[in-house]
Amino acid sequence: MELIETDVLIVGAGAAGMYASVSAAKLNAQVVLCDKSLISRGGATVMAQMTVAAAIGHQEADHWTHHLQDTIKSGQELCNENLSYLLCKNAPEKILQMRDWKTDWANVNARIRQVLAPGHGIKRCCYVDFLNTGTAVARTLRGQVAKLKNINRVSGLTIIDLVIEKNQVIGAIGLNTETGEYVSIGAKAIVLAAGGLTQLFARNSASKNMGGDSHALALRAGANLMDMEFVQFFPIGHLAPRLVGMDPIMWDPFRYKLGGRLLNNYGEQFIEHYGGEDGDAYTVGRDLAAYAILKECEAGRGSPNGGAWLSFQHLSKVELDEAFGPIIEKLLANKIDLTKQAIEVAPIAHYHMGGIEVNESMETCVKGLFAAGECVGGANGANRLSGNAIPEAFVFGEIAGASAANSTGETPQLSLQIGQNALSNSLVELSCHAKQKSQFQTVTSRKLLFELQKLMWKNVGVLRNKQGLQMAIDEIRRMKNDIFPNLKPASGTVFNTSLMDWLDLRNSLLCAEAICLAANERRESRGAHQMEDIPFKSDKFTKNQIISMVDGDLVSRWQDVQKLEFDLEKQR
Amino acid sequence: MKNNNQQNVFTKLNIFRGTDSIKPRFETFKVPFQQGASILDALIWINDNVDESLSFRYSCINANACKECMMIIDGQVEYACLKKLQKSGSKLEPLPNKTLIKDLVTDIVPPKEKLLS
Ligand SMILES: Cc1cc2nc3c(=O)[nH]c(=O)nc-3n(C[C@H](O)[C@H](O)[C@H](O)COP(=O)(O)OP(=O)(O)OC[C@H]3O[C@@H](n4cnc5c(N)ncnc54)[C@H](O)[C@@H]3O)c2cc1C
Ligand code: FES
Repeated sequence: MELIETDVLIVGAGAAGMYASVSAAKLNAQVVLCDKSLISRGGATVMAQMTVAAAIGHQEADHWTHHLQDTIKSGQELCNENLSYLLCKNAPEKILQMRDWKTDWANVNARIRQVLAPGHGIKRCCYVDFLNTGTAVARTLRGQVAKLKNINRVSGLTIIDLVIEKNQVIGAIGLNTETGEYVSIGAKAIVLAAGGLTQLFARNSASKNMGGDSHALALRAGANLMDMEFVQFFPIGHLAPRLVGMDPIMWDPFRYKLGGRLLNNYGEQFIEHYGGEDGDAYTVGRDLAAYAILKECEAGRGSPNGGAWLSFQHLSKVELDEAFGPIIEKLLANKIDLTKQAIEVAPIAHYHMGGIEVNESMETCVKGLFAAGECVGGANGANRLSGNAIPEAFVFGEIAGASAANSTGETPQLSLQIGQNALSNSLVELSCHAKQKSQFQTVTSRKLLFELQKLMWKNVGVLRNKQGLQMAIDEIRRMKNDIFPNLKPASGTVFNTSLMDWLDLRNSLLCAEAICLAANERRESRGAHQMEDIPFKSDKFTKNQIISMVDGDLVSRWQDVQKLEFDLEKQR
Repeated sequence: MKNNNQQNVFTKLNIFRGTDSIKPRFETFKVPFQQGASILDALIWINDNVDESLSFRYSCINANACKECMMIIDGQVEYACLKKLQKSGSKLEPLPNKTLIKDLVTDIVPPKEKLLS
C-alpha cells in the first residue's frame, strides 16, 4: 500500500467534483481529484442532454427569486430553503462563468437562448445544441481543471472508505483499479461528489458508477443522509427498441413540442381512464403518466417489454424533420422511423432528491467532510424541477471546494499503519471465506446486484405500499447479512472487474437499505414518494427525515424543515 | 438485455483474454442474440451470467458519452455500445496501439491523470 498526501481530496469528477477542485485550487489548496472511472466521464454530467435552469433573463425578464419560488413549490414543502436559495441565487453567475470558459450555450444575437421546461414559469432553461449540454459542460470543466497545477487528477481510483478520527476526516483509502494496488490518501478535508444512486433500480438512466457510493461512504463515516425516500422517476423513459447514443428521457421534449399519443398494447389512449386528458398534446403531469402506464401493465395491457407505446405517426416526415432534424437522423441510424412505428416507453429512475445532509457551507456533521452535487439532499425537496441538477452541481461544487480549502485546524495525520487498519476493516468480509457455504457458491456480486435492482424496482419504485416496503427491508438485510459475506470476487490484480463489482455492491446494499427504511417511515404520499395504500399528503410529515448509522444499524428520525429567514418579495 | 420472443437464438463472441503476465488466448462465449442489442449489452450479459472476471471498460451504457468502450470489433476500431451484435458473431480485441492491461482493457488513461507516487 502506498501513501499520498494532500490538503483536499475530492471524490468523483463530475460537474460538482470538477467545480469543487477548481474553487479549492484557486484558494491555493493542494487538491487530489479522483474518479473511479476517467476524469469527467464516469457519471451523470457527461450524459445530461437537456437543459440547465438559471434566472439570467436573456429571453424573458426573470429574477432568481422567481426560480426559487418555482423550486420550492415543486419541492412540496420539503426543500431546505437555504440550500434552494443558494442554488437559484448563484446559478446565473455560474452559467455566465461557464460561457466565459467557452461553453457554447445556444444563443441568439449574443443572448443565451432559454426555453420553457415543465414547472418553470418563465423561459429559463439554457442548453447546448444538439443534445450536447452535458458533454459540453464536462469538456469545459475538464479544461479548467487541467489548467491548475495544484490539482492532481487521478483516473481509475475508487475510494473505498473515508478514515475518520474523533469525528474529523483524516483521509481515505482507495483501490487503484488500473494496477490493483491499494492506496492511502491523507487529507485535511474531503469533498464527496460521487454522484447519485439510480443504478439501484432495474430501470434507470444511470451510468455504471451511480450505485450510491457517496451515500454509503458518508454513512460509514458518521455523516447523516436526508430524505432518501425521494427518487425521481421519469415517466416516459425510452424502453424499446434498443437505442444508443441518446438520453433516455429524450421523448419529453418531443411530446412537449409535437404532441404524441400514449397508447396501450391494444392501440388505445388510456390516460383518460386515470383522470387525465391526453388528446394529441402533452398536458398530463409526470406522476399521473407514470401511474397510468404501470397500471395498464398490471392489467395486462402493457407493451411487449412492459411499458406503453408512444406514437408520433400522426405527424409527417416534414414536421418531424423541422422540429428535430439531426435527432431524426440519429434515430434512423438506430433503425427507428417515427413515421412508421411507435416506440415503447416506461418510467425509469432518473435522479435522487435526497442525499447527504449538509449546511450552507456544504459541510456534514463530520469535521472536514463536505459534499456537493447530486449526492447532497435538501435543495429539491420532494420533487426536482427539470434543469435544476446541473446548476446544483456547479453551485454546490464551488461552495464545497472553497469551504474545504478554508477548513483549517490541527488535523491529525493519516499514517500507513492507520490506512492499512482501515482497509482491513473495510474488506473484513473478504477475509472470512474459510466459512464459505456451498449454497452460495454460484452467487456472484453481479447476480446479487441484479436481484437487488429487481427488488428495488418492484417494491420501492414508482408505486409503493407498506407490505412491499417491509418485504424489501427484510430481503435487503438478508442479502446484506447472509449472502454478501459469502461472495468471493475472482482473484487477480489489474483491472479486477469482479472486485470492483463487489465494492460497488457493498455500497449499493447499504444505500438500498437506507432508501427502503426511509420510504417505510414516511406514511404518506408526497412528490416522488407515492404510497398506494396511503394516497394522501399529511401535515405530520412536513418534515425532513434523517438516516444515520448507529453501531452499525441504520436509524431514522424527523427534523424541522429549514425555511427562508427573509422576505422574497423584498429581494427583487 | 430485455427478453422477448427471440430468446432462443444465440450468437458467438470470440474474445481476447489475458494480461501482461497471463498468456493471451481467445475464448468463445455463446450469448443470446437480440435484434438491436449492442456488443456492450452482450459483454455485460457475459459478466452477469457466465464470467464476472471478463474485463472491458464502460460507464455510460446508453449515452455514447463516456467514450470508454472503444475496442477492435471484427478488425475495426469501434465503440462497443454503438456496434450492434451480429447474428454471425464477432471477434473482439483490445486496442492495438495502447498498452494492454487486461482482456479488452487497455491503458487509455491520459498520462497526467495517473496516480503520482
Ligand atoms: C441521462 C441523464 C440526463 C440528465 N439530464 C439532465 C439535464 O438535462 N439537466 C439537468 O439539470 N440534470 C440532468 N440530469 C441530472 C444531472 O446530470 C446530475 O444530477 C448531475 O450531473 C450530477 O453531477 P455530479 O457531479 O454530482 O455527479 P456525476 O456527474 O454523476 O459524477 C460523479 C462521479 O463520481 C464517480 N464516482 C462514483 N463513486 C466513486 C468512488 N467510490 N470513488 C471515486 N469516484 C467515484 C463517478 O464515476 C462519476 O464520474 C441528468 C441525468 C442523467 C442520468
Ligand atoms: S459505454 Fe460510454 S461510450 Fe460506450
